[in-house]
Amino acid sequence: MKKKSFINLKNVLLVATISLFVVMYAIGSILYPSFLSLDVFLNLFIDNSFLMVTAVGMTFAILSGGIDLSVGSVIGLTTMVSAHLLEKAHMNPFLVMAIVLVMGASFGTLMGMMIHFFKLHPFIVTLGGLFLARGLCYVISTDTINITNEVYSSIASFRFYLTETAFINVNVILFILITILGVYLAHYTKFGRTVYAIGGNEQSAILMGLPVGRTKVLIYTFSGFCSALSGIIFTFYMLSGYALHAKAMETDAIAAAVIGGTLLTGGYGYIIGTMFGVLILGTFQTLIMFQGTLSAWWTRIVYGVLVLIFCLFQQVFEANKGKIKLETQDEDKKDTGTGTKTEPATVDKGEPVSA
Amino acid sequence: MKKKSTVDNLLRSKNFWALTALALLLLFNLIFTKGFFHIEIKDGHLFGSLIDILNRAAPMIIISIGMTLVIATKGIDISVGSTVAITGAVVAMLIGGNLKIVDGVQTYISQVPMSIAIIAALAVATLIGLWNGFLITRMGMQPIIATLILMVAGRGVAQLLTNGQIITIYYKPFFFIGNGFLFGLPFSLFIVAVIVGGTILLMRKTALGMFIESVGINPVAARVSGINSKNLMLMIYAFCGFCAGVAALLVTSNVKSADGIHAGELFELDAILAVAIGGTSLAGGKFFLLGSVIGALIIQTLKTTIYSIGVPPEINLVVEAFVVFIVMLIQSEEFRKIVFRVKAVRE
Repeated sequence: MKKKSFINLKNVLLVATISLFVVMYAIGSILYPSFLSLDVFLNLFIDNSFLMVTAVGMTFAILSGGIDLSVGSVIGLTTMVSAHLLEKAHMNPFLVMAIVLVMGASFGTLMGMMIHFFKLHPFIVTLGGLFLARGLCYVISTDTINITNEVYSSIASFRFYLTETAFINVNVILFILITILGVYLAHYTKFGRTVYAIGGNEQSAILMGLPVGRTKVLIYTFSGFCSALSGIIFTFYMLSGYALHAKAMETDAIAAAVIGGTLLTGGYGYIIGTMFGVLILGTFQTLIMFQGTLSAWWTRIVYGVLVLIFCLFQQVFEANKGKIKLETQDEDKKDTGTGTKTEPATVDKGEPVSA
Repeated sequence: MKKKSTVDNLLRSKNFWALTALALLLLFNLIFTKGFFHIEIKDGHLFGSLIDILNRAAPMIIISIGMTLVIATKGIDISVGSTVAITGAVVAMLIGGNLKIVDGVQTYISQVPMSIAIIAALAVATLIGLWNGFLITRMGMQPIIATLILMVAGRGVAQLLTNGQIITIYYKPFFFIGNGFLFGLPFSLFIVAVIVGGTILLMRKTALGMFIESVGINPVAARVSGINSKNLMLMIYAFCGFCAGVAALLVTSNVKSADGIHAGELFELDAILAVAIGGTSLAGGKFFLLGSVIGALIIQTLKTTIYSIGVPPEINLVVEAFVVFIVMLIQSEEFRKIVFRVKAVRE
């Protein structure tokens, strides 16, 4: 019984996210007739591809109960390293892509290892990563490096026209590929199930004999890889490397995951939800562009309000369950796994939790 | 008796690491930076690198005091940077400074009396803290997500207030807060002394500090034993907001303007780092206010050192990153175990 209600709850959150996206798009279409066109719709994927790729990695980190604050900086570092290797060292562009992907993944691996082996808080470790990656950007150069490499610019300008004006480019393809990869990893692999188990209750996951340590390191490796891939897309998008590229992208990625229905306590969430979270943020930006007179700072304010609404929404729908989760986690850390799941909450609430 | 001495030892060892780091930094400066310890008296004021570090570290010290208490309750407040931006915008808007000609002399007067402007700004900051506390204690949100909302939206609000521009303040008396001197020392240090001293007294001479630690160590047990943890946490988040407000006054007064985008940038990260260096665990529980003060001083000394030895300031972030990693490793039980095991094997 209880389990069934959980599944329903998750669906409710996902349905809410999707309906918000539909409603926002519908409002846009009513206000601006040209909003409801394939161009605008595809542009959502083109302009938010790098956000989606980062957000997938972020979703895994959050699902496991952790967080990765370093993603924006790693994107910045990727653009910077790519630009430097292409323009200053004149390396083979495909080799450059391979190098930055390995760099991002190993950056994540190192952070994951610190989190796992030294039992450090993901927040503070990835905060260190944020400083380090951004700082390394400045070490390479404080100026913008423009990319003139032929391969890069031809990939960036590659367009496959569906109609006369609507087209698909590399961004859209990567957007879809990373979404499929994310869904596959989350729901059809041992790795994904272990991530959910860690987020649900790490102690239980250990007691069940799941490879918690390895999975934790892999989560941050994957997140680092996603950030580097996102950085490559960003490089195509901007055709330059700059130390301030993708600044504060981590908040956008976290916002997308939260709006998509992922709980920051870990254990619940869908990659598809994150995708709609990204699309909602993108739709709003497009709306502001169409509107034309609203200032850019309204974007930030509305992002905040959206996160607030979705958090309250989550809270309302699991008024009781959320509390159980939070307090059980606290209890587990103290008791090293001896406490049972419902006991502390019952003590705290003073009444049995209705299923 | 025995238990107290072990607690004392722990406290000493935690502060010991931070103090050692600060001492090493100062030693480095003693050797490599010319005139670092040189303090001279100009116009009755003390001048020198050390005084400069203290003055510049003042906002960070104040914020890290609020942050320490928040972290002690197992929480976190990542909205302090945005709070600084909003508060700065409010105070700059209220004071502004209009050019008036009085008796043939050009003077600037504030739009509303400065005291009211300051009180209003601090009230706004405290309200922001209360809002965070409300979301966390009454709506049951996680601290990181509740404060994330304002971290995201706060800078937008600040820009909305300043209309996306940098507001310059033309009102001399206001500059005293961040630039003035009292008894030869920067005025900001007196504000720091009042806040640090007041908080330490309140925490260590009353049961409040113990309540906060018990909430951080085990919220359920604290509540069962009769502590109103919800209201306690609400007050702490309000206090953290207030601290950010005071810091905002210092920053705004020091640079004589309010910038919605860049004011208080990365403050939340610096403050958390200062608290972590100071020995307070991010998992909540025992907290060390003086440790956080030392942590903030270390960060500022590091920044000033990097500037004064002529390394490009861009390297600052890399150095700061390594400090984060080193501090984390030193504080990690697992790391210590490994290090001690290696030592034991060698011996």
